[in-house]
Amino acid sequence: MTEVSVAKDSVAATDDLVVLSSVNKHFGALHVLQDIDLTIARGEVVVVIGPSGSGKSTLCRTINRLEAIDSGTILIDGKPLPDEGRELARLRADVGMVFQSFNLFAHKTVLENVMLGQVKVRRTDKHKAEEKARGLLDRVGVGTQADKYPAQLSGGQQQRVAIARALAMDPKVMLFDEPTSALDPEMINEVLEVMQQLARDGMTMVVVTHEMGFARSAANRVVFMADGRIVEEATPDQFFSNPRSDRAKDFLSKILHH
Amino acid sequence: MRRPRGAAHRGNPHAEAREIVFDFLEGYDLLGAFWVTVQLTLLSAVGSLIWGTLLAAMRVGPVPLMRGFGTAYVNIVRNIPLTVIILFTSLGLNQTLGISLGAHNFDTINFRLAVLGLIAYTSAFVCEAIRAGINTVPVGQAEAARAIGLSFTQVLTLIVLPQAFRSVVGPLTNVLIALTKNTTVAAAIGVAEAALLMKKMLENEAQLLLISAVFAFGFVCLTLPTGLILGWVGKKVAVKR
Repeated sequence: MTEVSVAKDSVAATDDLVVLSSVNKHFGALHVLQDIDLTIARGEVVVVIGPSGSGKSTLCRTINRLEAIDSGTILIDGKPLPDEGRELARLRADVGMVFQSFNLFAHKTVLENVMLGQVKVRRTDKHKAEEKARGLLDRVGVGTQADKYPAQLSGGQQQRVAIARALAMDPKVMLFDEPTSALDPEMINEVLEVMQQLARDGMTMVVVTHEMGFARSAANRVVFMADGRIVEEATPDQFFSNPRSDRAKDFLSKILHH
Repeated sequence: MRRPRGAAHRGNPHAEAREIVFDFLEGYDLLGAFWVTVQLTLLSAVGSLIWGTLLAAMRVGPVPLMRGFGTAYVNIVRNIPLTVIILFTSLGLNQTLGISLGAHNFDTINFRLAVLGLIAYTSAFVCEAIRAGINTVPVGQAEAARAIGLSFTQVLTLIVLPQAFRSVVGPLTNVLIALTKNTTVAAAIGVAEAALLMKKMLENEAQLLLISAVFAFGFVCLTLPTGLILGWVGKKVAVKR
């Protein structure tokens, strides 16, 4: 026991990027996040899994304050999450987010989607922004679609553009809120491959997902949530082969055996 | 057809009939009056689009005081008859409070007061149309915009309003057509637009039905193309999802 806590402290001292401590959040009478403590180190890939309604999406959305918390603290790169206003906007620029429903700006082309944040938030020169945007679109494999509108792309292509849009801000950490849940099965892999590549490149990632294959292959750590609490944290190997809690055993038996 | 030289006009029975039937139009500046109507419409349209958009921004904004103001403004102004508002600009603002909006001549003062009243009234409807448009923009659009670090104003002006406008071209066209016809209320404070001229002609001439028909036709000439053109624009700019 003592050894474990010492080990944790030494990690905390080195390079913690996102630190949540005693975070609580209610939706009306529903206590969606209950005393959440979670630390994510720089370069770490953390996959959050759990049954629906367990609060994993909400957890993801509190990190860039798309959901405000009721109590507790969230530190990003050592600084507490600001309230509304300019400070918060600045912080959000450093935290990339990819949504389940893509949310590409429908009235702008793919290229404009990836340029917008650079030009309007980072005040980058337009030519440089375009160059970077085209580079990122090539990197996620949709370079040829740059001048189309989002509605003309497939779901998988849209989600890859959304990843490029987030990367264009040079984020310190990327949040993925069920990025493949709205995709047709044959498009899931093209998105997961981009995410795998990001993980290999050393991006700090928080991924809420139902893709157990991705969790196994790309995650440094699996966080299992149920009923608003973190029930279990372990390496993917440990978690999938030897879950400790009954809740996790039950969950895994339901999703892995058929 | 045989045309006697030098009497092309006199000899044409149709031209002669036209002259007799439309005799009553002589001596009236019909085009001038409709030009005032057009000016009232355009100035009020631009003004109410700006003020209505600002009101809509207030109503969806994060500041409770502004939200309260926007809501109160819309609910009060859209429930007052336009005639009362226009009369108030003249009797209240001008004659009681001495506001002349930078003009000295009586006609100009009344014209400007009428534009002010029309803007005040129409912007309440513009605001509600735009607010309905904002509601058609999926929440995810604003969330994604906030997530890349755009400020509230940027989210509104770069992402939400451009999409909202595209979805409410139809409702805004209705407001514009209503506004075109509402400019006739400016006659109540003596602005020399189409309705005032019509009133004068109805008093002086005998062809009551024909005079009404001419003015009705004039307004249709203004509003029908507006509806057709903006209908086409609305289809063209619609956001595909």
